[in-house]
Amino acid sequence: MVDVLVFGVSAVIVLGGAVGVITMRNPVHAALCLVASFFGVAVLFVDLGAHFLAAVQVIVYTGAIVVLFLFVLMLLGVDKTEDLTVEPLGGQRIAGVLAGVGIAAALIATFVLTTRDHDVLATGTPSLAGELLTDPAEANIEVLGRAIFTDYLFAFEITSVLLVIAVVGAVVLARTPRATAEELAERAETVEVEP
Amino acid sequence: VILAALRDDPAAYLVLAAILFGVGSAGVLVRRNPLVMFMCIELQLNAVNLTFVAFSRELNDVGGQVSVFFVLVVAAAEVVIGLGIIVALLRRRPGATVDDVRMLKG
Repeated sequence: MVDVLVFGVSAVIVLGGAVGVITMRNPVHAALCLVASFFGVAVLFVDLGAHFLAAVQVIVYTGAIVVLFLFVLMLLGVDKTEDLTVEPLGGQRIAGVLAGVGIAAALIATFVLTTRDHDVLATGTPSLAGELLTDPAEANIEVLGRAIFTDYLFAFEITSVLLVIAVVGAVVLARTPRATAEELAERAETVEVEP
Repeated sequence: VILAALRDDPAAYLVLAAILFGVGSAGVLVRRNPLVMFMCIELQLNAVNLTFVAFSRELNDVGGQVSVFFVLVVAAAEVVIGLGIIVALLRRRPGATVDDVRMLKG
């Protein structure tokens, strides 16, 4: 009963936040709705026993990513409300919503059709190695940490390379191009002429 | 049919994730502000994460949670690069929508 209640409340928060993101005219409000949606997903992670991922979800998504979004909004001053009444491309909005509904319906149909007759979801089978719920139940962090640092160690190391690439890319993108020598000379000339 | 699926425990999470993914896709297709489109992509990533964790729970396999961990890392890197591109774009043309950059030129 409590499970259903928790799921229902967080599902409403998740979907309400998601709908808020795509309907809010002010991007800052959209970012705040995104926070609500991420928090709801974190609650669902706890409900599913993924405690570490729930904490990381709050820290990384709502703590870092949304704050980055808000920083960009404040930095560029693009927090003007967008005029949503004008539809520049005829029928785009209806087509977009229909496509979204269609994608959701296709996914739901897949889940329903594959779970209707079987105990096992979709095409997967319960794992023999890498069990999530050992007996006695280990802490979620312990199981996850052991999996990452043994079976998935190579992928884990590769992500560090990815992060370095991301940092270098961000520096390159954010750099203001330095004026070349000719431009500097030109600027000096105009300053001399002016007085 | 959906209500019948919702009574089933893991299927409820999958249905919720599917709806969340649909909302995210609709947002990407409908909105024109590059920042809001980016937020909608994050929504889609979250829907996929929820699916991964639900399957991880259902199949008793820690691999799903490891996948979510890597999705988180890739999402963080993606946000850094994407916001860098958006900052560079909006600095050059304030108030640009995605339609203004459809030629992928500065």
